[in-house]
Amino acid sequence: MLCISRFYSYTPPQRMKVELLHIHKHFGSVHANDDVSLVAEAGTIHGLLGENGAGKSTLVKMLSGFISRDAGEVKLDGKSINVHAPVDAIREGVGMLHQDPMDFPPLSVLENFVAGRQNAGLALNTRAAARELKDLASQFNFSLDPNAPVQELTVGERQQLEMLRLLALGTRVLILDEPTTGISAMQKTQLFAALRQLARQGKTVIFVSHKLEDVEALCDEVTVLRRGKLIGTQKIPCPASTLVAMMFGRELAAPVKPHTATGDVALDLRDAVISTNTYDLQIGALTVQRGEVIGLAGLEGSGQQEFLLACAGVDKLSHGRICIGSKDMTHKSYGDFLDAGVCYVPADRMRDGLIAGFTIREHVALRASHHRIFIDLSDSLKVAEQAIDTFNIRGKPETKVERLSGGNQQRTQLALMPDPLSVIFMEHPTRGLDIESTIWVWKQLIARCQAGCAILFASSDLDEIMQYSDRVIVFSGGRVSQPIRATDLNVDTLGQMIGGKF
Amino acid sequence: MTATTRTDMRAPASPLVWRISAIVISILLLGLIILVSGESPLAVIDAMIGGAFGTPDKIGRVVNTLTVLLLCSAGLVFTFNAGLYNLGIEGQITFGAIAATLALRLFGAVLPGPIAIALCIIFGAIGGMLWGLLAGVLKVHGRISEIFAGLGLNFVAQALAIYLIFGPWKRAGVASTSGTEPFNDTLWLGAFGTTEATPVGVALALIATIATIVIVRRTHYGLRLRAVGRNPRASFVLGIPASRQMLSAFALCGILAGVGGALQVSGNFHRLIPTISGSLGYLGLLVVMLVNFDPLWVLPVAFFFSALNVGSLQLPLVLEKVDSSLSGVIQGMLVLAALIGRGFAEINVKQ
Repeated sequence: MLCISRFYSYTPPQRMKVELLHIHKHFGSVHANDDVSLVAEAGTIHGLLGENGAGKSTLVKMLSGFISRDAGEVKLDGKSINVHAPVDAIREGVGMLHQDPMDFPPLSVLENFVAGRQNAGLALNTRAAARELKDLASQFNFSLDPNAPVQELTVGERQQLEMLRLLALGTRVLILDEPTTGISAMQKTQLFAALRQLARQGKTVIFVSHKLEDVEALCDEVTVLRRGKLIGTQKIPCPASTLVAMMFGRELAAPVKPHTATGDVALDLRDAVISTNTYDLQIGALTVQRGEVIGLAGLEGSGQQEFLLACAGVDKLSHGRICIGSKDMTHKSYGDFLDAGVCYVPADRMRDGLIAGFTIREHVALRASHHRIFIDLSDSLKVAEQAIDTFNIRGKPETKVERLSGGNQQRTQLALMPDPLSVIFMEHPTRGLDIESTIWVWKQLIARCQAGCAILFASSDLDEIMQYSDRVIVFSGGRVSQPIRATDLNVDTLGQMIGGKF
Repeated sequence: MTATTRTDMRAPASPLVWRISAIVISILLLGLIILVSGESPLAVIDAMIGGAFGTPDKIGRVVNTLTVLLLCSAGLVFTFNAGLYNLGIEGQITFGAIAATLALRLFGAVLPGPIAIALCIIFGAIGGMLWGLLAGVLKVHGRISEIFAGLGLNFVAQALAIYLIFGPWKRAGVASTSGTEPFNDTLWLGAFGTTEATPVGVALALIATIATIVIVRRTHYGLRLRAVGRNPRASFVLGIPASRQMLSAFALCGILAGVGGALQVSGNFHRLIPTISGSLGYLGLLVVMLVNFDPLWVLPVAFFFSALNVGSLQLPLVLEKVDSSLSGVIQGMLVLAALIGRGFAEINVKQ
């Protein structure tokens, strides 16, 4: 009975306005939030929109107490507050639903539901808690078996559980970080209905997303961030192109790439299906010519990475046929792809591309012949010195790669690419680089194209896509567009395609 | 370029400071522990040195311990560099020893002594390799953590040894924990003079150590192994198949541990006993962790640990208030200090 009385003895939820004012946050040299403000009125659903890395999660994590801010003010109901830990935020009535639900998979639904209660006493009143869970769940038409272990639940169900748990703790401001990733269409409908109901009850919902369609369908108002800066706030509904322009910047750069395509086939995909966690991407037919550059545009996480990984042979196609040059590579191992002259350059350099603790010279030696037994020290030193010289890396052969700056790590990745290559698959070739380095990197890449190599690259920088691609493929909501000539694109068409209209 | 040079020069200094201070603090703490238990640290050091190097016989025992410890440590350098915690090394020694005993039982009576001994060492190597590969297959293909797979296999090997000692291979008359019937002395590995130390063992251990240094630091195989250990994902993207590297590391470690087991049988105990590994596999884990997986430092540290092990045996005979388990305390403290020092150094670098 204790739990029930606790829940029902709440005063009707107060309406709580959320104000984040002039927030700053640095991570090392990165200014993740630069003078960002967000005001969410009580009883509304407020969207927070931006590309991955725009600083959305950083901002809301400062509201929910997961990280601390460097400067700025947080106000709830006009009262300035300081939260140092999630428990403080929950006491203030702020709860956050994370992208990956923060639950205890081996425990049951009910046990998870009661986790995190302060002053709950030693004994667990199972029956009362079960009743409370059932009542709350029925309010939102969720059906959760209290005794099921959480590890057997889908992400959507775990989300529902986490939401109920936070509400039972007295949450009046609910933050959801990318909640529609990895849940089914029906669960999404349920989630949106529940959020609307919460808003009607007077609660404040902050909905963090990089998906235009979700924000358009759900939110009353949206705040857009780009590269850590506040771009603006917009009432919904509004045209998708307005939001795309806010997310990516208004003016697109003009193409600068010389013509290098030769007409010979470098990559050929037929009836390909590539499965990601959320989607099955279907590509009917795609032929890339030698010397050609294909830009992959779209909101991050729309399947570009999985597409590149499957084309590079790191992962397998679920279905279909892939040829590199004239060779049929379907069902071949990644080693065979490497032998065929494929190179994959990942976005997360220190996780997927380089080996922390290894020096530049050791990376060079690692790339050298696998048929020799002993490492040729003087040779690897010489090659490393040459690479450092040619690629202008600010480091020495014996510098460990984690000590290099991001730009120099990228230069190292480029320097390590074998020569010659037939196709390069790259993610964000110039992320984190200054303009000068960006231009320099693309000069190197275009030189590769002139030698007959094809490049497919994903980028969240539309300028980069426009400037350096011959053709552009747009990824949106699980669909892949036909390749379109960069010269035929403008901000409106591209914006609409990214928004899913093609 | 000046900026880079400065960073390079400054960078390695701070971790070293952290590590050295951690070890100094642990030595001071050890002194304190000895003082609290009512003994003088100097007397303990003196007794330990006497216990380890006082007579040729004692030196021989240190050398014998060192031989097996070096083999195990050399093997563990491979698995640690591949990013694996091969806790199954004890089982690999034990199974190697069982295989070696089998060889001596099979061939001891029918073949000349030296050939039987050679076969005994080869059998040991194969036995250890199989036991290592078993853990490796469970890890690579069964997705079982090598720590648990290894610990499980340790119990299995141990149980097998006990079963053999009390069952099929029991002494004529009565089975006993003191092991199987000792082998005829023609099957004993030749020793230096009257000591227990064996030249063949020493040679094998030194060759293994040097080969390990060369392979890990100077060959493409070693480089790939270290790459897989540091970042399996990036290694895969760069075209290095992680599973093959891991299996080979398990196999190499098993071979060296198995040879160690064979030396315990033919050179040290001259029979199979239930505690044939002498926990030298676990000690090897400490040695390799203490040297931060760098094979160059294995020899001095393994020597120090062997001397500690043997030297502490007679501590309770010389001094009233300390026990032979002090060597374990010392070894544990040093390794903990080294790990803490490394941890602080890393935190420091990140900040």
